[in-house]
Amino acid sequence: MQKKTLVEIIELLNKKQVSSEEVVSGCLKQIEKNTHLNALNYVNSKDALNSAKKIDERRQKGEKLGLLAGVPIVLKDNICVQGIPTTCSSKMLQNFVPQYTATVVTKLLAEDAIIIGKANMDEFAMGSSNETSFTGKVLNPIDNEYVPGGSSGGSAASIAANFAYAALGSDTGGSIRQPAAFCGVVGVKPTYGAVSRYGVVAFASSLDQVGPITKTAQDAALIFKIISGKDELDITSCGNSNLKLNQDFSFKGKKIGIPKEFFDQITDNDVKNTMNQELKKLENQGAEIIELSMKTLEYAMPTYNVLASAEAASNLSRFDGIKYGYRSDNFDDLLSIYFKSRSEGFGYEVKRRILLGNYMLTSACFEKYYIKAQKVQTLIKNTFLQAFEKCDLIVTPTSATPAFKFGEKQNDKVAMALSDVFTVPVNIAGNAAISIPAGLSSKGLPIGLQIIAPHFGEQMMFDAAQAYERLSK
Amino acid sequence: MSYLTVIGLEVHNELKTNTKIFCSCKNEFSLEPNTNCCPTCLAMPGTLPLLNKQAVEYAIKAGLALNCDINTVTQWDRKNYYYPDLPKAYQLSQLYHPLCLGGYLEINTENGIKKIRINHIHLEEDAGKLVHSEFSGSLVDYNRGGVPLIEIVTEPDLSSAEETLTFLENLKALLKYIGVSDVKMEQGSLRCDVNISLHKAGEPLGTRIEMKNLASFKAVQRAINYEVKRQTEVLESGGKLVQETRRWDDAEGRSYTMRTKENAQDYRYFPDPDLVPVNVSREFVQQVKETLPMLPKARAQKYVEEFKLPQYDAEILTSDRILADFFDECVLTFDNPKMISNWIMTEVMRKLKEQNSEDIVLPLKADNFAKMLKLYADNVINQNAAKTMFEYMWDKDSNADPKTLIEKLNLGQISDEGELQKILTEIIKNNPAAADDLRNGNKKATAFFVGQAMKATKGKANPKTVNELLEKLL
Repeated sequence: MQKKTLVEIIELLNKKQVSSEEVVSGCLKQIEKNTHLNALNYVNSKDALNSAKKIDERRQKGEKLGLLAGVPIVLKDNICVQGIPTTCSSKMLQNFVPQYTATVVTKLLAEDAIIIGKANMDEFAMGSSNETSFTGKVLNPIDNEYVPGGSSGGSAASIAANFAYAALGSDTGGSIRQPAAFCGVVGVKPTYGAVSRYGVVAFASSLDQVGPITKTAQDAALIFKIISGKDELDITSCGNSNLKLNQDFSFKGKKIGIPKEFFDQITDNDVKNTMNQELKKLENQGAEIIELSMKTLEYAMPTYNVLASAEAASNLSRFDGIKYGYRSDNFDDLLSIYFKSRSEGFGYEVKRRILLGNYMLTSACFEKYYIKAQKVQTLIKNTFLQAFEKCDLIVTPTSATPAFKFGEKQNDKVAMALSDVFTVPVNIAGNAAISIPAGLSSKGLPIGLQIIAPHFGEQMMFDAAQAYERLSK
Repeated sequence: MSYLTVIGLEVHNELKTNTKIFCSCKNEFSLEPNTNCCPTCLAMPGTLPLLNKQAVEYAIKAGLALNCDINTVTQWDRKNYYYPDLPKAYQLSQLYHPLCLGGYLEINTENGIKKIRINHIHLEEDAGKLVHSEFSGSLVDYNRGGVPLIEIVTEPDLSSAEETLTFLENLKALLKYIGVSDVKMEQGSLRCDVNISLHKAGEPLGTRIEMKNLASFKAVQRAINYEVKRQTEVLESGGKLVQETRRWDDAEGRSYTMRTKENAQDYRYFPDPDLVPVNVSREFVQQVKETLPMLPKARAQKYVEEFKLPQYDAEILTSDRILADFFDECVLTFDNPKMISNWIMTEVMRKLKEQNSEDIVLPLKADNFAKMLKLYADNVINQNAAKTMFEYMWDKDSNADPKTLIEKLNLGQISDEGELQKILTEIIKNNPAAADDLRNGNKKATAFFVGQAMKATKGKANPKTVNELLEKLL
């Protein structure tokens, strides 16, 4: 039962072949058995069981239930739920309990989903290996020697370890797709604006998007349909939730773009071979593979470093030890409250990015870096727009390598950043993308394939992803 | 050769919208600290700002009244700095694309009308307040955090404390008149920073000093005069001024250095990614324009031309919208603008002065006031009675109908010949000498008898009837 997909478990629940209480208990047992993974910051066991019993009663009475009735779901620990701690895996927010609920959660709860836990993550979503968490690293369920990816490492590990049937993550530069790839599950970064950010602790507001992590693309499509759409509480949100589920789709005649410069950067043979093999599969289905030149993408990473750090520096300024969150005990004036609370409350990586971001925003650097990065962002957007005039979808590996070992890249920021080189440009351009398991490396580690779609092109993205999934079966 | 003073202002006004600028908390003055705030205006993580359309509308209104161009796109920028009263640790403001550009306000000076140019007007959010207590240290009250503000930035067109004061008074009256702000300086809904420099004619502008913490118009005036004196002394003694921000201490009557240019804060401004740029359509600007009342200047002109009022009276009447509206309403009931204006200029202004409050409160119904004046004009009551009635309506009962008041307050004129004759006969009997004078044609004696008749009737005798009777009786 633990291995069922979201769609499968919903069917079993609807047919009353299994009760929600059994489903939730099963997940709680699985969580208990795997505490060594350290994937969750908080387990909502009591509330989850109570909710499950209530839903079972309602189902027995024949009441109309929501699409996710009685299904346990994991949330990344930067997504607020009223009354449940939201820590962002930071010392700064260890005791923070929000009085409000993120719109994405409100939407899940409206479909009678059950929140079973809050997932560990890189501190404030800054990291690619889940090693920056104040609550400790998360182990990759596939092989505990390896990182689960990040920053939504706990969410991806939770799905890979069958703690729940769906999880939500957030993706600013690849934080959903890369851990999904490393853990062998599906992860979606929706088009910027497709999903409300209200109640999601901001990292870089202009890049952040919440999206699903699930076992299949079909599952991800269902979650996306539920959480997407314009939200009155987030004026950057737009679009609708009109996604059609389970549509017929054929690769025949579809143009699949391959960014040449991207592929040249792949040095890992397992990744290279897997990609070639999978592209061949698509070609065999009648897809036309088109080589694209997208030279501006090589500037995506520096652009991201400037924009994301600048926004983060400003967004994280509110954690000042005054109103909520961590306050150092040993201060003697206002400035020392600020200095000590922030020095002690934030981890190294967060402080590194705050420093970098504030530097980028100083009047001496603003034009040189920030404004320039915004201009380059426009160029990258245009590059994608032009690419989508030539093709329907773009395919890349999700990450240049499979999961790496703990500590392997923690001290090499450049190597670490390389694991995001295929995902970051999508956030910079605001497009939608999905990572799907495409195969295993020689060491048995999952390799992810990324399908990038035009802005609000989620329909074709999910249709193609599901068709691809069927091919692999 | 003496120095010329150059002054520019940054005036902050709280807008009196229904709700705060980025959340749905009420925009009202609350006494109990931290009772008027929500997760958004407390900057709880994950919350997002939503733009209040009314704040944009009010800022445009102010812009139009000050002859500004309204930008077609306006955008929000973050001004980053740490202070406990600023929960996000950045203030949402408009540095790069302010809502209103250009503009001017005309003021009357000794040398005639002067145009004070407005550089721009932008919208921003107010911060909370620190409360310092000797028992519990410093506390923060976030009730005011997120109240919409406009900052009006002038060009350096003012040249004295007096001109600055005139400008501020005119600006204050205008903003109040168009209904966008309460402009109460002591409650902080109007705040003003002054930039001031001295230079000699024909020479480039001098070093600019910014003055902060000016809590009243009086403080503005004192601070400018102090600063002119201070700067003059420095320059005359051959010294050099440094560009700095100074804090005015009103109790001590002097200013102190707050910070110099070298250690000025870098606010690390950048476009806010949570609030998308706002397209300000010309249709919307037109709609806002249509809600603007006729502005004081135009209204005064209308009073002069249409009602033949003196310029001075017209300007006083239109200086406050409540007063001008009251006047217009009176004219609708009683078509004698000149008489209405005279009464407002004297009696109403006298009562208002007694109120001694910044806000005009008129406890009078225009309709009843005008009816009272009509009774007086029609000779139904005399001037004394009219004044008595006015006092009664103002102090006791604004709803009282003047006609019923005549009886209630016993104010009707005595025109009954029989009754007046009795009274006059008695007066003549008691003043034989004066009666003789009158018979001999001494006009002064007439006044004496009318006066006596008034005294005897407590002012209610109809003077016309008394005159006629006197002629008959003697």
